[in-house]
Amino acid sequence: MTLNTIWFVLLAVLLAGYAVLDGFDLGVGMLHPLARDDRERRLFLNSIGPLWDGNEVWLVTFGGALFAMFPEAYATILSGFYLAFVLLLFALIFRAVSIEFRGKVEAPGWQRAWDRAFFGSSLGATFLFGVAVGNGVRGVPLDERGVFVGRFLDLLGPYQLLVGLLTVSLFALHGAIYLYLKTEGRVQDRLGPWMWHAWGTFTALYMLVTIYTLMDVPEAAANFRRYPWAATAVVLNVLGIAYLPRALYLRHYGRAFAASSFTIVALVFLFAMALYPNVLTASNDPALSLTIYGAASSRTTLRIGLLIAGIGMPFVLAYTGVVYWTFRGKVRLDESSY
Amino acid sequence: MDVLLLSRLQFALTIMFHYLFPPLTIGMGVALVYLEAMYLRSGAAIYRTAGRFWTRVFALNFAIGVATGIVMEFQFGTNWAAYSRFVGDVFGSALAAEGIFAFFLESGFLAVLVFGWDRVGPRLHFFATVMVALGSIFSSIWIVVANSWQQTPAGHHIVQLTRAGEPYLRAEITSFWQLVFNPSTVHRLVHVWIGSFIVGAFFIMSISAWYLLKRRHEEFARRSFTGALLLGTVASLAAAVSGHFQSRNVYRHQPAKLAALEAHFRTGRGDLLLFGIPNEAQGRVAAGVAIPGGLSFLVHDDFTTPVLGLDRFRPEHRPPVLVPFVSYRLMVGFGVGFIALTLAASFLRWRGRLFARRRLLWVFVVAVGPAMAANQLGWVAAEVGRQPWVVQPPIVRGPDGEPVLDADGYVRHGTVAVSLPGGGTRDVIAGLTTADGVSESVTAGQVLASIALFGAIYLLLGALWLFVLNRKIQHGPDEAVAPARRGSLGEAAGTLLDHRGGLAEGGRP
Repeated sequence: MTLNTIWFVLLAVLLAGYAVLDGFDLGVGMLHPLARDDRERRLFLNSIGPLWDGNEVWLVTFGGALFAMFPEAYATILSGFYLAFVLLLFALIFRAVSIEFRGKVEAPGWQRAWDRAFFGSSLGATFLFGVAVGNGVRGVPLDERGVFVGRFLDLLGPYQLLVGLLTVSLFALHGAIYLYLKTEGRVQDRLGPWMWHAWGTFTALYMLVTIYTLMDVPEAAANFRRYPWAATAVVLNVLGIAYLPRALYLRHYGRAFAASSFTIVALVFLFAMALYPNVLTASNDPALSLTIYGAASSRTTLRIGLLIAGIGMPFVLAYTGVVYWTFRGKVRLDESSY
Repeated sequence: MDVLLLSRLQFALTIMFHYLFPPLTIGMGVALVYLEAMYLRSGAAIYRTAGRFWTRVFALNFAIGVATGIVMEFQFGTNWAAYSRFVGDVFGSALAAEGIFAFFLESGFLAVLVFGWDRVGPRLHFFATVMVALGSIFSSIWIVVANSWQQTPAGHHIVQLTRAGEPYLRAEITSFWQLVFNPSTVHRLVHVWIGSFIVGAFFIMSISAWYLLKRRHEEFARRSFTGALLLGTVASLAAAVSGHFQSRNVYRHQPAKLAALEAHFRTGRGDLLLFGIPNEAQGRVAAGVAIPGGLSFLVHDDFTTPVLGLDRFRPEHRPPVLVPFVSYRLMVGFGVGFIALTLAASFLRWRGRLFARRRLLWVFVVAVGPAMAANQLGWVAAEVGRQPWVVQPPIVRGPDGEPVLDADGYVRHGTVAVSLPGGGTRDVIAGLTTADGVSESVTAGQVLASIALFGAIYLLLGALWLFVLNRKIQHGPDEAVAPARRGSLGEAAGTLLDHRGGLAEGGRP
């Protein structure tokens, strides 16, 4: 494996880590309207209270690593999807402050406004992530210098919107299972059917997107002919999705959460397979694609980055472990809660 | 309006709003570590009460810092794509290191710091506090490294690459440690930390002074004020020393910037302007009040040695003067004010008379404003003074250490030879101008839309921050053990009523 491929894999790992971790807290945000009274709303919010901030750092680190290791791709993607990213940042800011501000004033109007902002920003951010992935699979038009030459509306085609919905349903499913694990009693009972709804919607959209991809973007599957072993991931992915209803039916919710996490990882893997060896595919001319070689930093930087990641990641996993362990179990509201 | 100007405005807006918060976080982090260490050592409940109160305020500042910080991470790509392509190989490593080494540490342990009071023991809680404080300091290290590299680049070379037949240039790392310890990193980092300690100290003193004036939470406020005053005094004095050495270093590596900061238009003896209105078009200062030879003395320890002026730089390579000159002067002026204020307060505190000086306490209530402004102004001076470059090119120096001048009498910048598609080579200055760094595919309309969006949300955030902060201050620390001395008669009556209610309930069968 070359250094460039290693970094492509590491970026996929960071993206998968982000999607699994922030996926459930974005999901909780989208399910927030299911809470019926203030106590339940606070339970929802505090189930992710100590965790969402750390989860978002995976995205920030993904962005930093993309900048450092594939600067050409970082520059093209962010400037090309300008308005989409500005909207995403807008949603992420609103989400952070709605979590922080909601509990600061005991007035129904104030709290209702932040509840809506929390729901809207979680939904918006998730949808935009999905749209970005959809654009990644399809590719975008680039010029000789690797600069985006399309229009904003080109980024919002039916395929991309469908992938956006797929992501919404996936994170809602993931978030519902997470919330089920963190709550008890009546709230938990109410979440039961929603896990099924989310699973049903996700499965239907999953099939739709798969068919659409194979018909509309056949290049996305080209790597499976080149690397037949990768097909096992598809099989495992389908098995994971099929296992979910069984786990839910048998009330093995921990396993259901593992299965939804696995589904997310598998989908990130499929996304990476659709791209490789490109970081960004040029839809107008394959020769103009930003590949892991053409878009990469120098070997020295790739090697330094690997060293930094090698030293840093064990620590990151250790703190993440400490924090998740400290806040394990059902949500409890105490003096320091939101 | 063009994309360049709009993108610069947007960057200024987003970074300045963001930068209100990180210095507070760094400065208050130190105070939290102190409070928790005192609690562990003495077990006195007042430290725990104080720790909990300041943690709540800290968490609020931190949340807004994080929310506005994400924008910074991605804005390099959205608005400065050409810059990102040029610096990514070098700059990106520092940013990625910040994510891995600092942000995970901060955000992970922040959860324990804020939500863990009743879940973990005091020792683990103290550990989490230390980790959060360290995380915010690590974060400042990497971002200042990245910024300092743009000011005084080192540990890199500029190479020519081709894509689809099109040649382009970019900076690539040659030595990671030379990049990290480039000539200005240490000076600037120390100054940023000191600035953060000043803000943290003045922030705590502001709130504590207000409590003292309102005769609320007095025991808590006296202790908080005294601790912060000590930090503030030491930091204010240190800022002057660090500022002096930093300015000398700026002269060594970025003489055009120092000339702009001091409105030193003509090469020759440097006078230190105390006041003046620089006129950039005519290259002179109107209504100037100056210490003759003062600038020469600060730079060379000698009142007559000439100081390089803006006239030695090509007109298109000269930074604007007015903004750096004014912001630098204000920053230094505030800094001198902090020294006078903290020394006077320290003297009075030592004599035991400080808390009776109501007017002085009022000064401390508002002094947090200038403290935050001084941090902002320092960055404005540093960043505008670097223009027109976003990555400063090196200056060619002769064997005597003096800058080498070209045929027109201007300072020569280091160059790289670029081979042209038609054959032959051309020398290009080894830096990048801000104008060349802007995104190729972004339109002015898009940037205008994003400025409107960020402007609106930051205005709202700023207002909400003040509103919520005010509520937290009004609520005050929980009076767990401290003698409950209620501020108003109404509150006292309220307490009495609660008490009666309790009795009545108790009396009911």
